[in-house]
Amino acid sequence: MKKATIVVHSGDLDKLMSALIIGNGFLAMGGEVTLYFTFWGLQRLIRGKLSKAPLSKMNMLGLGAWLMKKKMKKAHVASAERLMSDFKALGGRIIACEMTMEVMGISKNRLDETLIDEYGAVGMYVNETMQSQLTLFI
Amino acid sequence: MNASIESDVTVDVIGETCPIPLVEMRKAVMKAQKGQIIEVKGTHGASKKEIPMAVRSLGLELLNEETEDSGVWHIFIKK
Repeated sequence: MKKATIVVHSGDLDKLMSALIIGNGFLAMGGEVTLYFTFWGLQRLIRGKLSKAPLSKMNMLGLGAWLMKKKMKKAHVASAERLMSDFKALGGRIIACEMTMEVMGISKNRLDETLIDEYGAVGMYVNETMQSQLTLFI
Repeated sequence: MNASIESDVTVDVIGETCPIPLVEMRKAVMKAQKGQIIEVKGTHGASKKEIPMAVRSLGLELLNEETEDSGVWHIFIKK
């Protein structure tokens, strides 16, 4: 079985979308996927904050993100919420990095625990990566 | 149209774009019983090429692909 491990380091909406689209594509084509959320990526796992995110470029205090969501809707692009729910439905795994949760001041009780399969540190990431044919850092 | 193959399950992804056609195909395959036929119909151009790739990597059987003049394509997969 082919496996992908993707580090979601960024909390930006466009980068999260990329991670979820690649993850869903990989699962759909028969692979296994682990998303490893760390640093700003962890903010997207906070309850209700999945798509309440800035853009990596031209955010313009949130106007850019709003415009991007509008354009994506018009182009029938699935929302981050739908992509996340599909990712879980297809058996995708999510690991939240415990060490950076402390650094970012994010406690478990703020996170959407229905999404998270495991909490881990670098050893868990390396272990996943060693079994993967594809690893990405987003 | 498509009377040639009778499917057990139809996945309608007309108007949907990447990666939804692949994802919905995969979900239907997960739910289907072995031997059942799944029809996926959509309009997204890249998915028309990618679903057959996914069918191969999932070890399924591609029964047929057809495209209507309207641009709607139909892909038949056997689990």
